[in-house]
Formats: sequence, C-alpha cells, structure tokens
Amino acid sequence: MIDEHLPVLQVVVPLLAAPMCLLLGRGTLAWGLATAVGWFALYVALSLLGSVPAGGEIRYALGGWAAPWGIEYRVDRLDSYVLVIVAAVGALVLTYARASVAREIARHQHAAFYAALLLCLAGLLGIVITGDAFNLFVFLEISSLSSYALISLGRDRRALTASYQYLIMGTLGATFILIGVGLLYMVTGTLNMLDLAERLPALGDNRTVLAAFAFLVVGICLKIALFPLHLWLPNAYAYAPSVVTAFLAGTATKVAIYVLLRFLFTIFGAGFSFSGMLLSALLMVLALLGVLVASTVAIFQNDVKRMLAYSSVAQIGYIVLGISLVSVTGLTAALVHLFNHAVMKAALFLALGAVVYRVGGARLEDMKGLGRAMPLTLAAFVAGGLSLIGVPLTAGFISKWYLVLAALEAGWWPIALLVLIGSLLAVVYVWRVVETAYMQPRPAGAAAVSEAPWHMLLPIWALVVANVWLGIDTDLTVGIAGGVAVELLGGAP
Amino acid sequence: MALSLYNYWIVIVLMMTGFYIVIRSTNLVKKIVGLNIFQTSVFILYISMGKVEGGTAPIVTDGATAYSNPLPHVLILTAIVVGVATTALGLTLVVRIKEAYGSVDEEAIQRQDREA
Amino acid sequence: MSALLPAAMLLPLVAVPLIVLLDRYPNRREAVSLVTGGLLFALVVALVPDVAAGGRPAWTLAEPLPGIALAFEVEPLGLIMALVASFLWMVTTVYSIGYMRGHHEKHQTRFYAFFAIAIASTIGAAFAANLVTLFVFYEALTLSTFPLVTHAGTDEARRAGRTYLGVLIGSSIGLLLLAIAWTWNLTGSVTFTPGGILAGHATDGTVLVLYALFLFGIGKAALMPLHRWLPAAMVAPTPVSALLHAVAVVKIGVFSVLKVSIYIFGPALLTSSGAGMALAYVAATTILLGSLVAMRQDNLKRLLAYSTVSQLSYIVLGATLANAWGIVGGSLHIVMHAFGKITLFFCAGAILVASNKTRVSQLDGIGRRMPWTLGAFTVGALSMVGVPPLAGFVSKWYLLLGSITAEQYFVVAVIIVRPLLNAAYFVPIIYVAFFRPPASGVHGEREYGEAPLPMVAALVATAVLTVTLFFYPDWALALAEQLVGGP
Repeated sequence: MIDEHLPVLQVVVPLLAAPMCLLLGRGTLAWGLATAVGWFALYVALSLLGSVPAGGEIRYALGGWAAPWGIEYRVDRLDSYVLVIVAAVGALVLTYARASVAREIARHQHAAFYAALLLCLAGLLGIVITGDAFNLFVFLEISSLSSYALISLGRDRRALTASYQYLIMGTLGATFILIGVGLLYMVTGTLNMLDLAERLPALGDNRTVLAAFAFLVVGICLKIALFPLHLWLPNAYAYAPSVVTAFLAGTATKVAIYVLLRFLFTIFGAGFSFSGMLLSALLMVLALLGVLVASTVAIFQNDVKRMLAYSSVAQIGYIVLGISLVSVTGLTAALVHLFNHAVMKAALFLALGAVVYRVGGARLEDMKGLGRAMPLTLAAFVAGGLSLIGVPLTAGFISKWYLVLAALEAGWWPIALLVLIGSLLAVVYVWRVVETAYMQPRPAGAAAVSEAPWHMLLPIWALVVANVWLGIDTDLTVGIAGGVAVELLGGAP
Repeated sequence: MALSLYNYWIVIVLMMTGFYIVIRSTNLVKKIVGLNIFQTSVFILYISMGKVEGGTAPIVTDGATAYSNPLPHVLILTAIVVGVATTALGLTLVVRIKEAYGSVDEEAIQRQDREA
Repeated sequence: MSALLPAAMLLPLVAVPLIVLLDRYPNRREAVSLVTGGLLFALVVALVPDVAAGGRPAWTLAEPLPGIALAFEVEPLGLIMALVASFLWMVTTVYSIGYMRGHHEKHQTRFYAFFAIAIASTIGAAFAANLVTLFVFYEALTLSTFPLVTHAGTDEARRAGRTYLGVLIGSSIGLLLLAIAWTWNLTGSVTFTPGGILAGHATDGTVLVLYALFLFGIGKAALMPLHRWLPAAMVAPTPVSALLHAVAVVKIGVFSVLKVSIYIFGPALLTSSGAGMALAYVAATTILLGSLVAMRQDNLKRLLAYSTVSQLSYIVLGATLANAWGIVGGSLHIVMHAFGKITLFFCAGAILVASNKTRVSQLDGIGRRMPWTLGAFTVGALSMVGVPPLAGFVSKWYLLLGSITAEQYFVVAVIIVRPLLNAAYFVPIIYVAFFRPPASGVHGEREYGEAPLPMVAALVATAVLTVTLFFYPDWALALAEQLVGGP
C-alpha cells in the first residue's frame, strides 16, 4: 500500500517536515526530526532503487491526474541512483550535524536551519524524481533559495556576500533554464519530459529548439559550476557552515549534473545534443581547463575548505569530461564519479567540520599537529584525500580508471594524460594538509585539542568505509552506472 | 513581419536591460532590481506565448470560440512567486550585508575584505 | 594447501593491530613482530614445493572492475621475491630492535606498525596475478613507507619525503597507470600470462612507447632520471633503508619490471620489436652513471643508495635483454643483491649507533674497534663488486652470458667495466677502515666497540648467507629457470 506511494513520499515527507521543524522550535528536537526524516528519505530511495527494473521505470501520477495533464513523477534507474546519493549524503550529514551546528550557528536559528536544510533536501530530491520540466524548475528554486539562506548563516561576514553572489548567479542560471523550458513548451505544447522527448525529433533543427537548447545548457552549467561559470562556488563553500558545505558539496552540483544528463540525453537525445561535435568539444575543453586550472588554484589556498572547494570544481570537470566523450565508458565514468565524488567530498568536508569544531578554524596553520591530537579525524581526512587523488582500493581509483579508459577508447591519449596530471595536482594539495597535520607540531601556546566526539566521527567514518568499499566492490556504482549509460545512449543513432 | 513578433522584441530588450544592470551595477540593491527586470522579461515571454489570436480568457462562456492557453499563465504565477521569494531573500541579504559592512557597494565591500 | 596463500597475505596485517595495542610493552611488541616474521617466512617456504613442482596456487579476493579482479597467483618470480622479502624482514626485525633502542628513536610503535604494513604490501605485490593488483600494492607500499622515510620528522625528512612521494606517485600515476589502462585498451586483459599478452595487438612503435612508459612509470626501479627519490629516502632510520631500500621498495620496482617484461610483453615481442634493446641502453647508462655518482659521495648511506641505483639497473638490464640468460640473471640478482646490500646497510647502521659516524672520511681505523661489522661490510662490498666466491658473482655471470648472447657489446663492456668502478669506491673504505690508524687528536671522540648484539648478529648472518648463496644458489636457480621454460 505504502509502496506504491513511495515516489511522492520521497519528496513530500521532507517538505512537510521542514515547517514542523520550525514549529518544534528547540534545536535538539528539530535536529531529531530532521535526522529521522533524512534516514526515512534514504530508506525510500533505497527501496526505489531496489524496485526499479533494469531499463524500466516507476511512474506516479501526482494527485491522480494522469500525464500529460497532471505532473508525473518518474523514477528510472538513473533517478533512483541519484536519489540514493542525495539521500545518503543528507542522512549522514544530518546525523553529524547537531554538535557542529550548535558550535557554528546562533541558538535561536537552529530550528530555522534544520527547516532550510530539509527544504533543500526536498528540493534536490524533487528535481531528480519529477518527470515534468517546469516542476523541475520549481524544485530547483526551492533547493537554491534554501541553500542561499543556509550559506548566509556562516560565521564569517563574507558568508553574506558569498551567498549574495550565489543568489545572483544561481537566479540567472535558473531563469535561463526557465526560458529554455518555456521555448520548448512553445514548440511542443508539453512539459512532460517523455512527451518532449517524443515530439522534439520531429522538429529537427528548428531555431526555437536550438535557442532553448542553448539557454538550458548555459543555465544548467551555471548550476553545475562548470569552469568558467564556477565563480560562485569557492566562496560559497568556504564561508558556509561546515555542515552546509558538506551537504551541498555532496548533493547540489551532483543534482545539477543529473539535470544536464536528463536534458542532453533523455529530452534532446544524444543524437541532437552532440551533432556536429560542437557541444562535445566545448564541454571537453572547459572540463579539462576546469580540472587543470582549479586544481592548480587549489594548491595555493591557505583555507583548507576553500582548497577543497576548488578541488570540487576540478572534480566537476572530470565528470563533465566523461559526459563530453559521449560513449558508454565515458558516461559510466561520469556517473561513477558522481557517486564517488559525493562520498569522498562529504567525508572530507565533515572531517574538516570536526576540525573546525575542535580548533575553531580550517586554515592550514590551524591544522598543525592535528595528526597527533585528532588521529581519527585526520586519518579520515587522509583516506578521503587518497580517494580524491585516485589511489587504488579507494572509490576515486575506479572513477579515474574508467575516465582514462574512456579517453583511450576514443583515441585521445593526451586527455588520459591530462586526467592523470590532474590527479598529481591533487597529490600536491592533499599532501600540503597531510604534511602540516602530521609533521608540524602544534604551535606553542595553542590550546590543547582533543579528538572529535564519537557522534561526529561515526558519520565521517561511515563515509570513509563507503569510500573504500566502493573501491573494492563496485556492484552498486559501476553495475548501475554501466546500465544507465547504455540506457542514456539508447536513443542515440 | 519583424513587428508582428513585437512581443519578443520587448522580451529581448527587457532581458538585456536587466542582464546589463546585474553585470554592470556595483550597488547590491540595483543588482536585485536588474535581476527582477530580467525575470519579468521571462514572465512576459510565457504570458505572450499563451495568447491565442482572438481568444478570450479561458472561462467557458457562451459565444466564445477560441480561448487563450491558460497553462503558461498558471506556470508563470508560480514563477512570479519564486521571483518574489528570491527578491525577498536577496534584499534580506543586502540588509545583513549593510549591517556587517556598513555599505551596499560591491567595490567598497571587496576593499574591506581585502584589508581584513 | 590453498589456505597458505591467503594466510601469508593476511598475517602481517593481523600483526598491525597487535603491535599498536602493545604500544606500552616494547618487549611483547617486538616479540609479535619477530614471531610474525618467522611465521610469514615459514608460510612462504611452505609454498615452495608446490610451485617448484609446477603448481600455481591462486586466490581471488574481489572483482572491483568487470574483468579485472584483485587476484593473486604464486609463480616462481613472485615466490623468489616473497622468500627474500619475508626472510629479510625477519632478520631486519632482529636488527631494528637493536637499532631503534640503541639509537633511542621515538615513535617506535608507529615504526613497527607501518613496517608490517609495508611487508604486507610487498608480499601482495609479489603474488599479484595481474597488473591492476600489482599497481594496488605498489601504491600501498609507497604510502606505507612514507611515514617510515619521514620518521625523524625534521625539515630535512619532510623535504626528502616530498621528493620520495613526488617521484614515486608522480611516475606511477602519471605513467604506469596510463600504461596499464593502455594495455587493457589494446588487449582487453591485464592478467600476467606466460609468453605475454601484447603480441599481435600492437605495432613495434607502440610496443616501444608502452615499454618505456612501464619502465619509467615503475619509478621504484630507479631508472635514471627517476632515481632521485632513492638517495633522498636515506634520511630514514637505517633499518628502513636496509629493508625497504635494499629489499622491499626497490626490489618490488625491478620485480615489476621483470614481471611486465616476461608476462605482459613476453621476451619474444621485446626482441622482435627492438623495444628491449632500446631500453637496455638506458639501463646500461644508469649502471655507469650510478657508479660514477657513488664514487663522489662521502655520506656512507648516500653512497650505498647510488650503488643501489646502479645495481638495480642490472636487473632491469636482465629484463630488457629478453633472453633466457638475462631473465635468469635478473631474477637471481634480486636475491643476490638483496643479501649483499642489506649487509652493507646493516653495517652503516651499526657504525652509526656504535660510533655516531655517517661519513666515509670518518672511518679511519674503525675496523679495529668493530671487526665483525667491518668484516661483514667487506663481504657485502665484494659481493657488490662481483668477486667470487660471493653471491653477486653468480647473477652477474648470467647477465654477462645474456648480453653476449644478445650480441650487445656496449652492454658487455658495461658489465665488465662496472665492477672496476665499484671496486674504486668500496676498496678504499675497506682499506682505511682496517689499515689506517684511527684519527688521533680528535677531541670528544668517545670510546666505542661493536654495536648492540642483535645488530651484529643480524649483519653477520646476512654476510654469511651472502657467501653461502654462492655455493648453494640451486633453489633460486631452479625457480628462475622455470621462468624461461626449464634449465
């Protein structure tokens, strides 16, 4: 009975829980509710993953209004795969959040904070699950607006300007998407993604369709933070509260990439999107530039959070690179990295959050001597860093392997080499932190630092274990991603 | 011919005006104004697209043979709500920025951050 | 029988938590290390009869990528490697107990724990059944030895650590991983297969580029110009230098080169494509240059490091010659050089602990105070030179035969000239140590004798074995000959 309503519960439960958090008022109660909802969302996402047949989909007509009149929720394997990423990161981050939020955010704002976080989660889940192009825009704005609010809660006043900057760029991006959707509706008369996909091929190279395509791609790339449209990201990640950074790094850009995949492959179809190589070449160049430039910039950051933010831009480059190769292996690489990067970045940012919790900052000099003072936290950081580099037996290796393979398959060995050079740049910036933490003593006179509390360590280490697990047993990632890649390219000639 | 599509010209002029203000202005409030104009242009795009030549409002009445398409209008109601929310949030941020920095000028704020 | 392989792989890992838990009880902690060392060696030895009879015990752990498993298979070359590594781990543990205590090193628990992880990685790499598994343990070895190399925690150690990690990770991710992915792309396989897998899949030009990627990508083989990490890593405590930079790390490097040459390219392909010969020249050049640089070193450990750079290229040379003599010679040299070089490092450490001397120019007359140590040093040094009746002679003889068979007279010349260079830097040390009177009038020179007993026992044992291996190389020879299809 409840099973058939799972798709709607996925979104509605966090959406309704958000105002309840506000009503509960007290920080701890709101946290308890939010965490429970987070785990429930993960349960729903996993059940959906389990019940979606390969190549099939679950369709749910919202309010009983059949498509194309009503809004339809559709869950195919790509959807359920991304849902699991978002819900898993959400559940773990929420579990972790209490102490960190208590430390970083004023007490009277706690309930509002959890409400906004749940709204953001609901928005992100909604983007993924909906089968309606306009509904996607609405959910996009729900998640974006709540994330602007969340970012602005950072302790540094620069969080405000970062949030403002993100608001301007995010709204521009979302409005571009709105224009694109509107133009598509104009020529096809439908907003349902499946109907769009059916009707668009008949229109061929219609100029309105091309304009819609251009608006959509630019708008989505802004949300993805693809180089050089990434300018909002480093500040937003660096100044947001630790919990928010971990949550957004693991989910927001991932969902934006999902939107890109949906539009490029399902709605327009790979044959249309990549005809004439223009988009493919453009994405490839931007992705590679992103990898190299952002990784290099990351090396010179003194704020470790900011360093990881730039690293995120670089990792997004890897994912987009995989997409731009337009092959089954390339898409598999992109999808696998989507999952793996969410897991490793969430682990890294949460570990960093524990450092902020104990030391009060996340600059490089704050990390001195922490290898001895906070061994478990720092060990988790190192493990996440190794995964970022792509050391074997970690999740990162699997992504890199597929990406290199995809480049070689396409006959572009210089790209394979550039991917690996990107990894080496990651070695440099990760190792700066490792060296500081393990080989420099705590500065004289600094307050004694103890290990992070267990309720913070638990989610961190759950992510670290997942990182290693996904590097050894890849049924979940490669297994599903490989199938999804074939499905996505299925319509391609 | 070109003038028969005058609604699109209006949309494009408004859009570029808004976009220009967002990029060019250093005043944070003005940026929000620009953003609003930018969004409004899209609202007009939707609304004008739903208009059917000679159609009336989509209410079933005697004598009406053609109705305008109500769906884009409904959609844009949602988009307007989103736009209002964005503006509200943006202005709230500007107020907080003014409290924290004592200025709403982007350059002045950046200068303060550099000096800090 | 089949449980032997997993047991050997997991044993050192089991020891790690025990070592960490016994942090406060040094005696029990060291006992764990010793017992594990002994057991590990016994387990590896127990694998010998099966493999000698042609058996290939195998174990598949997981399959992270479709078609690419984390799998292990014991073949003769890997067994030789594992035998040497596990035996010398045991000896080195004895030695480190003396050294670490005699030298009052800090963080000894961390030291023994990472030591055990490093050995586990070495065994894993030795038994790897495909390129990806080899790569996994190759990287694990780099990372687990990093804390050992930078053990001192000084600025110098940090700089050396950067070079160490930079060169090794840089080459392995930048070149080796690319080569592995390329191989998979060409052949759809990464499994080590007798006779090679690349034949028929690649043109001669591709083979040459790919082989160069592999050889330079395996930075641990210290082929010039990727040798810089080896002297840099000498800031490590001496037992680390001894085991890791005479045995585990560098030998996994050259072992990987041999393995790739034999099981991925196949000798036939290397010869027919000309790739083998091209890289043989690089190896021969490294042999010569390494020796020349070694001659100019005053720091004893750095001298030994450059000597290692040069000796390693003998093994690479054996692989690139790609004929039966070369491969047997290269495989044997893994064993022979390991025993000789570890003896030398043990001696350098003993000299440091007993007398606090690190430079060659300080060694006047030291042989009279530390006769056992310097005696062992002499044995090790002469084995490096290749004087009979010492182990180093055996492998060099095979390599010489190999290069003559391949009709590479430049290489022949290098093999003949090189011992002279070698002698030119080892013989003077022996001479001053025994025949020159101790430097007189140096104030503050304290009285000293031999190093602590565990150290002397270890270094004498390896020296004796260096001699013994000359007379009884049969076991290694038998295994090595399996590689080239019988005697």
